[in-house]
Order: sequence, then C-alpha cells, then structure tokens
Amino acid sequence: MAIPNPENPPAAIARIEKTQLTFIQLVWLRFKRHKMAVAGIISLILLVLFAILGTAFTTEAYSNITDTSIRLMPPSHEHPFGTDTVGRDILSRTIYGGQISLMIGLIAMAVEVVVGVLIGAIAGYYGGIIDSLLMRFTEAMFNIPQIPLLLVLGKLLADKVPPLNLFGREFSGSVIVIMVVIGLTSWMGLARIVRANFLSLKEREFVTAAHCIGTRNGPIIFGHILPNTMAPIIVSATLGVANAIISEAYVSFLGVGVRPPTATWGNMLNGAYQYIESAPWLWIFPGILIVLTVLSINFIGDGLRDALDPHSLVESK
Amino acid sequence: MGRYIIRRLLQAIPLLLIISIVIFLLLQSSGDPLATMGGRRTVRPEDRARLARQLGLDKPVYKQYIYWLAGNDWLKIDFDGDGIPETTGTRKGVLRGDFGTSLVSRGKSALSLIGERLPNTLILMIPAEIIMLIFALSIGIYSALRQYTWVDQVVTTGSFIGYSMPIFFIALASMYLFAVNFRKWGLPYLPTVGMFDPKVGKTFGQVVLHMVLPIFSMSVVSVSAYSRYVRSQMLEVNNQDYIRTAHAKGLTDRQVLIGHALKNAAIPIVTLVGIEIPFLLGGAVVTETIFGWPGMGRLFIDHLTRSDTPVVMGILMLISVAVVVCQLITDIVYAWLDPRIRYS
Repeated sequence: MAIPNPENPPAAIARIEKTQLTFIQLVWLRFKRHKMAVAGIISLILLVLFAILGTAFTTEAYSNITDTSIRLMPPSHEHPFGTDTVGRDILSRTIYGGQISLMIGLIAMAVEVVVGVLIGAIAGYYGGIIDSLLMRFTEAMFNIPQIPLLLVLGKLLADKVPPLNLFGREFSGSVIVIMVVIGLTSWMGLARIVRANFLSLKEREFVTAAHCIGTRNGPIIFGHILPNTMAPIIVSATLGVANAIISEAYVSFLGVGVRPPTATWGNMLNGAYQYIESAPWLWIFPGILIVLTVLSINFIGDGLRDALDPHSLVESK
Repeated sequence: MGRYIIRRLLQAIPLLLIISIVIFLLLQSSGDPLATMGGRRTVRPEDRARLARQLGLDKPVYKQYIYWLAGNDWLKIDFDGDGIPETTGTRKGVLRGDFGTSLVSRGKSALSLIGERLPNTLILMIPAEIIMLIFALSIGIYSALRQYTWVDQVVTTGSFIGYSMPIFFIALASMYLFAVNFRKWGLPYLPTVGMFDPKVGKTFGQVVLHMVLPIFSMSVVSVSAYSRYVRSQMLEVNNQDYIRTAHAKGLTDRQVLIGHALKNAAIPIVTLVGIEIPFLLGGAVVTETIFGWPGMGRLFIDHLTRSDTPVVMGILMLISVAVVVCQLITDIVYAWLDPRIRYS
C-alpha cells in the first residue's frame, strides 16, 4: 500500500469484525472516545451517590423541620449549605430533593417514551387514516405551548392527588402529577422520529418476510421493527430526562409544581430570587446541582448519539 | 400560493377550536376564582351563590364554553336568583372579539389587561430576538468557517453548556454578579427588578438599563441553541456542489458566503424563530418573574394562580393563533429562501 497511515476505514471495520465485538462493546468503544460524555457519566454517578448516600447522614424528617429562629442562616459548620426561609437545613433538603428531582426525570422520561413510541409506531406502521389522525393530534399538542400547559395542569391537578406512601416515605401527591404531566406534554418529538423510522422500515424485506411467515402485527411492530429504531429512542430518552428535570424546576420554581414539604431542587428555588441579595445560598446550591445534572445528562446523550450512529466508525486498538 | 394560504388557515380553525375546548375544560376545574374575591375575609355562602350566578359560573361547563365562544346576548339569564331568566346577557363572545371580563381585576376586560401588558413584553422581546439572531448567526458562521480550530472547539463546548443551562440559573447568577456584587465592589452596577426606577421615571435610558440583564439571560440560552444549528447547517451547505461552483467561477469568500451560502444556511434558523416568536408573545414567564418585568408572562402566572379563566384563556388563545400564523409565515419564507420548495 502506498499510504500506510492513517488506516483506511474498511480495514478498521474488518478488524472489529474479526475480534467479534458485541453491539454493546462496540457502542462502548465509540462512547469512550467522547471525553465529555465519560465525564458526564462520572459526574452523574457522583450526583446520584450524593442523593442516595446522603441519606445515611440525615433523615427526611430532619430536612422538613422548620425552626424560624434560625431562618436564613448562612452556611456554617452545623448547616453546611445554610438554612432556608423557614429554617430548614438546605443540605439535607438538596439530598432528599435530589432523589425526587432525579426520580421525576426518570419516570417522566418513561411516560414520554411509552406514549411517544406507541403513537409514533402505530401511526407509522398502520398509515392511512390512523396516521393522519394521530399526527393531527401530535401537531395540536405541539401548538399548545408546553410551559403554560404544564403550569395549567400543575395547578389543576397537583392538589387533587392525596399524599401517598412509598418505600416507607410520604410523598406529596403532586410529585406523581408532575411526573405524569411532564411526560404527557413532551412526547411529540419522539413520536415524530419513531413514525418516520417506521415508515421507512416497514417497507424493508425483513418485515415482508415476517408478514409472509404469518407473524401478527403486534410482534412485527415490537419484535421486528422497534429494535431497529432503538438508537434514536435511546438518545431522545436520555435527553428527555434532562428536559424533565428542567421542566419540573420551571414549574416548581413558579410555585405550581411539587408542593412543600416534599423538597425538589426546583421548588427549593421558589421565591429564592427575593433573597438574591441577603441569602444567595438559597438558590446557589440547588441551582448548581440542577445545572450539573442537566449538563452531565446532555453530554451523555451527545456521546450516545455518536456512539449509536451506525455510520460512525471506530478506531479500535 | 394564495390557495395554499387559504387552505392552511381553514385547517387551523378546527385545531384552534379543539385547543380552546381542552384548555377551557382544564381551567374550569383548576380552582375556585370566588375563593379570593372577598379579600382576606371568607366569602359568605349566599354571596358566593350570587357571585357565581352573576358571573355565569353556576352554569354547566359546556354552557360556559358556549357563552365564552359565542356570547350570551342572544338569550335571557337569571340574574336575581328567582329561577326566572329575565336579564339579557351582555357578553359578545370570543368570535366577536369579546374575551370576557377579568375575574380578578374587577371591571377590566381581559383584552384591555392583555393590551396593557403586551407592549411591555414586546419592548423586551423584539430587541432580545434581534440580538440573539445577530449573535447566533455570527458565532455559528464564524465557527463553521474555522471548523476544528481552537476557536471552534471553544464555541462548540461553550454553546453546549449554555444550551443546557436552565434560564433561572443564568438569571439568578447574572443578577447576583452584575447587580449585587458589582454594587458591593463599588463598580457600576445594573438594576435588578422592574422596568424603570420609580424615582427617575419611565425614561428611555432607564428602560434600556433594566432590559440588559433579562435580555442577557435569555440570550445565553437561545444564542447557544441557535448557533449550534447555524454551525451544522453552514458546514453542510459548504460541502455542496453549488458552493464549489461559486468558488470556481472566481467569487470571493465573502461573496460566496453572503450571496450563496447564507440563504440556505438560514432555513433552520427560520424554523426556530418561527417556533419561538409565538412564545415570545406569551412572554418568558420565568424571566419576567425573576426580573419583575410587568409583561405577559407575569400576567399569565398571576392570573393563572388565581383561576382567572377569561384572562388566561385570552393569553393562551393569542399564543395559539400566533403559532398558526407563524408556522404559515415560516412555510412561505421557506419557499422564498429555497425555490425548490413549492406548495400546491
């Protein structure tokens, strides 16, 4: 060969095929090259550990104790992150609030994925009148601005669901409402992606083959076509977690999201702007935690997008 | 083209009707506007019944919706509670331009409340959008033309971080730095809340000064998002054959950029701006709340929390109509930017 270096792509592919990497290994290999994505994973793990391991040092009851004689105390040895407007310890509230915020992100994403994939898959697979009805509906949902809709729904429902007990803990019913509502107002983009993929995949030979051997529609949709469109779904789902955490923060920040005493990073910021001068620790700590989480997840999503793209090549060692 | 526009507008009518029904139903069950009407005192049951009757809140939801949509001046309603309808209704309905009377700011029509706030929001949003576009286009194009240099790396990473930032964090942090700490350090500092200093009055200089921080906060997020699109679109356009042709026939880089590349690179920006403008009309709820800007966003959240259906419906319908109109304008601009796109 005239040009020994850099190695041409087909050779690189051949070498990967020779070493018999599984799909997961291949994705990880590509993902690893994305330094910011790896940093994102590490910092996300640290954030999750903060929210989980923190519970060993403090209790939820402690995070909800109000003592107005120590309200708005700056960070000190006793209260490392200071205290809020009614004297609650901000450190322990960021720990328990973090659990709720992360949980809201994950479950809202799950709702988003289920609704988005179902609507996209059904519209794309069946086509015709079903497709145009579902897509008109998707379009209508797109036309309603999301934040105002979230605010309306949050206000409407957050007080109506009674508090519930889960894992021995009391959750404000508004947590459930916010998770579902965020999920139900954010699936439209995903539905469009899934539909577009289904439209092209359903014409492929393997789908015709599945039809020929008598496979029913359900197994074709979920067993044959869906696995081939996982990459964009995974990327959307990852970014969906970050968006859900931000949406929760917006709604709770404005006071119509998750109701106290249950803490979230978002509702800890509610009203904090009024103390911007006298008590900056009210917003700095939960604010930085939200930013770090969202940034980490977005970097991971970006890395996954590259790693899952079948067209991206890998330089393996 | 004319027929296309008419068809699109006709298609929008059922869409807007459905949106209005859904939002109306949601708002009807979202709270009790009568609860706060007595100020600090609780409202007596007989007063409550009388108020509900006079405001039409005792009617079933579908009737309330019809009154909202088409008015009630074509029928008689029972005003004094004796069970006999005797007074002719006064509402004209949205279809005839009457959005009803605010339940919170008594005696003011929803439309006049919106009319008071809309200019404030526009004063903030139009310069904001122009600044965002200028910065996004120049940053995006600059970094695309210098792909993989350190400038490009810094811009790409920076815009990724900026685009992940929640606006409230940027708003609070910039307020803390440029207003609170600059004052503490004795530097010239920026004002934080409101549209003008009441001691000075609503002068041009004051309003501009109060706009700096809100516009900065909104721009950080939007410029980051926009410039990423501009950069990737610019990179794609630069690889096209017609750009090579333009270079080959001896045009300068500047001529190629302005005369050939920019028009195609602008298409995703048109989409983004088309999506964003309607929401700008609705005001940035969070930004306006933090900076105490008396615009549409705060009108919305203040009246939503007090269940003021006519005002909230008015704002949401205004945004929805704006969405439809902006989408149509976007599509028309597409056809102008890219002659290959034709509508029939």
